[in-house]
Amino acid sequence: MKSNNILVVGNGMVGHHLVENVIKNNPEASVTVLSAEPRLAYDRVHLSEYFAGKTADDLALCDADLYQQWQVKFHCNSKVKTIDRIFKSVTTESGEVYSYDKLVLATGSYPFVPPISGGDQDHCLVYRTIEDLEAISVSAAQSKVGVVVGGGLLGLEAANALKQLGLETHVVEFAPQLMAVQLDAAGGDLLKEKIAELGVSVHTSIATEKIIAGDSCRYKMCFADGSELETDLILFSAGIRPHDELAKCCELEVGPRGGIVVNDACQTSDSSIYAVGECALWQQRIYGLVAPGYQMAKVAAAQLTQASEQPLFSGADMSTKLKLMGVDVGSIGDAHGNTEGSLSYTYENQPESIYKKIVVSADRKKLLGAVLVGDCSDYDNLLQYCLNSIELPDAPEALILPIAEGAPTLGVDALPDSASICSCHNVSKADVIAAIDGGACDIGAVKDCTKASTGCGGCSALLKKVVDTTLEQRGVEVSSDICEHFAFSRQELFDIVRVEQIKSFDDLLDRHGKGMGCDICKPAVSSILASQWNEYILAEQHVPLQDTNDTYLANMQKDGSYSVVPRIAGGEITPEKLIVLGQVAKKYDLYTKITGGQRVDLFGARLEQLPPIWAELIDAGFETGHAYGKSLRTVKSCVGESWCRYGVQDSVAMAIYLENRYKGLRAPHKIKMAVSGCTRECAEAQSKDVGVIATENGWNLYVCGNGGMRPRHADLFATDLDDETLIRYIDRMLMLYVRTADRLQRTSVWMENLEGGLDYLQQVVIKDSLGLANELEKQMTHIVGAYQCEWKTTLENPEALKRFRSFVNSDEPDDSIQFIRVREQISPRSTVVASEDEPEKELA
Amino acid sequence: MMNADQWIDVCTRADLVKDSGICVRLGNTQVAIFQITRGEQELYAIGNFDPVGAANVMSRGMIGSVSDEPVVASPLYKQRFSLLSGQCLDDSDVQLTVYPVRLLGDLVQLAAAMEP
Repeated sequence: MKSNNILVVGNGMVGHHLVENVIKNNPEASVTVLSAEPRLAYDRVHLSEYFAGKTADDLALCDADLYQQWQVKFHCNSKVKTIDRIFKSVTTESGEVYSYDKLVLATGSYPFVPPISGGDQDHCLVYRTIEDLEAISVSAAQSKVGVVVGGGLLGLEAANALKQLGLETHVVEFAPQLMAVQLDAAGGDLLKEKIAELGVSVHTSIATEKIIAGDSCRYKMCFADGSELETDLILFSAGIRPHDELAKCCELEVGPRGGIVVNDACQTSDSSIYAVGECALWQQRIYGLVAPGYQMAKVAAAQLTQASEQPLFSGADMSTKLKLMGVDVGSIGDAHGNTEGSLSYTYENQPESIYKKIVVSADRKKLLGAVLVGDCSDYDNLLQYCLNSIELPDAPEALILPIAEGAPTLGVDALPDSASICSCHNVSKADVIAAIDGGACDIGAVKDCTKASTGCGGCSALLKKVVDTTLEQRGVEVSSDICEHFAFSRQELFDIVRVEQIKSFDDLLDRHGKGMGCDICKPAVSSILASQWNEYILAEQHVPLQDTNDTYLANMQKDGSYSVVPRIAGGEITPEKLIVLGQVAKKYDLYTKITGGQRVDLFGARLEQLPPIWAELIDAGFETGHAYGKSLRTVKSCVGESWCRYGVQDSVAMAIYLENRYKGLRAPHKIKMAVSGCTRECAEAQSKDVGVIATENGWNLYVCGNGGMRPRHADLFATDLDDETLIRYIDRMLMLYVRTADRLQRTSVWMENLEGGLDYLQQVVIKDSLGLANELEKQMTHIVGAYQCEWKTTLENPEALKRFRSFVNSDEPDDSIQFIRVREQISPRSTVVASEDEPEKELA
Repeated sequence: MMNADQWIDVCTRADLVKDSGICVRLGNTQVAIFQITRGEQELYAIGNFDPVGAANVMSRGMIGSVSDEPVVASPLYKQRFSLLSGQCLDDSDVQLTVYPVRLLGDLVQLAAAMEP
């Protein structure tokens, strides 16, 4: 049988994507990966987030487990030194020899450092790998001023990083404008202005001649025009050069200015060797973006696995949309109007610092390119016109004019099947439709099977439109009605309740619904009423609405018995209270278990035992833990600075404060929080709906994380907040969630479905873009003020207590609830347990 | 436990909970009684044992309607049962016993189950 050892040199984003595609095409493939870096592939596109608190692990695209699962052999710190094309083997610097049948070079590129005298000193750095970032961090800690040489896309990202590290930041650019590749002069000028406003000094048309010792700073940069700039740290970001040394050594064809020459199949001049990504030169061109690299990886993977479909690389669109220091910048196609006969339209709004330009063909029928600065909302629309050569409307300028009457937004219907929806993963409209026809019936499922919108996420709104439209065309009713009794979504019901001041389900049903309600709409409305008015949930008019657990303020277990969970805010408890829990559990013979939320769960109480149990707990100073509610559960904490050698803030005090503030807040689903006292994150805050992590300067806020069935890391929302701002942001975010989420939608899914996602949420909560902040805070203040311990209220209310009886015509206990003893505690009788040392065990 | 046509006092009107259920015990049998304020019929009674979850919990289920048919949803796994026929709407193999129930003055009375 023909052996086919695939050896991949390099494990950057593209190298990893290649491995992923090879395994996808052929799970049996024999693949070995050699990486010169100390770690496996990570996300270099979002590298700057490392400075915003993300760790190397957060940025990782894969880990050892994944490769082991794929049976991919890998060796880090294994830099390849030579290739022997005759014997088909490579030798690493440490002398290891690996043979191959097919070799893939995914060696990437390295930052170009211009040959400037003095440019090789200790604090002259580059910006490419996590190791580079670590070096920048170390240097920045001993620096006050930083200069980035190079005003391209990466240079500006690097400048942002320096600014975040607290340095006085300068950008020095040889060309007369910033981002000369992507923007025209006017766009570049506006960008320069906006960046200067953010406190970064930009110097254009300036060439560095030498770097010498400084007077007030570590270094002095001397420029060709005679001017000087003092700085402690210099970052070079003057473009990339392909890592093609290996190819040169073994005499593969390389371009005159570097780059390993490849054909449309990504094959080099040796048919057994492929090259992909930034080391490859295709038609005299090197692509320095990840999307074309991914396309090359797919092409090469199909060749390597002899896949039935063998796509060819045909160049790539270099359009980009990004946010630089909060400034939206977009560039599409021929941004400079280089095409012969092309014409352009521009829109400039100086007061709001917005610049837009479109370049159209001589006949004004096709869009050739665009430049957007300050407002990228037209980007998706323009890109589709450009990529798919869609005929322009009669007045093309309407595409960039603000709120023009009847502005011709391109419906997704007008997109051809070949239209690219997600360029990161090269997913076309046809791929999305195929996924839906293959059974994917919502956006989550489509993302799952096509990977669309799982890269940079920039296409999420467009993807949602395509999915919704296709579903509608397929006759799948994309109904947002909550159930047959109300022709409204949860959000609409919330607004109705709020605006019409409705206080009971019956009133709402009479005015806006039909039938008697059901187990979908009743708990949803109950939750809405509680979020809005926060009345006692077992009041006569509310009792029939409560879901299983809420209706008896306890968690029903499989045998109809209940569990009891008192609140232990922040997980802090006195020995006295701990003893009471033990005494109560012992007295009522309850099964006792520590929960994941740092409290104690007592199981096996019969309905009529709940009131006396709670009477004893409340006497001892406990209050209800809302373990039964779709409401705040727990705020987990680590021990924090009071005890821990590493803690930088009092995480326990903050956790207790948060838990006491938000306890009793009813929401579309349960809410979990955590507070960690330092970056070691022992409280696992990044897996919570609201996670707070202490910094030297305050608190970092993370939102919309989740554990459980569908884990999701929380997103960093805001950094270094003081206590007051932290609480204000959480108030606003939670209340927005309460108002707008679907029933039983956790914050993670809620945010993923918000058009605009995290960015939008930050706009609304931090920048108050909807002007809602005050109202949201007021509402939260009302809820916090209206808190009551539901068990305390119940014990004081004889009418409510009447319901806590197993039988209305007998005081006998319900003998259908029976227990056996397992590991010295009770267990429901019907449970089949495999324990050998329990003679009392019996099976139902 | 009961003979047909023989009504048994089980509780009083004051024991009922509006638009919700209560449970009465007759020997070893548990019966769930629901009071519904919307609609023509006020009281419904069905067996309290949930055959899907295998526990005596139906009285703690939630009342509702499916196309105007009154139903109760099990509090354990949410299967809906018709209060008129006892038929499970989510699993045609499962059915609950329905009991005749009435109010006589302030007294709530049950009679023997009719054979389904």
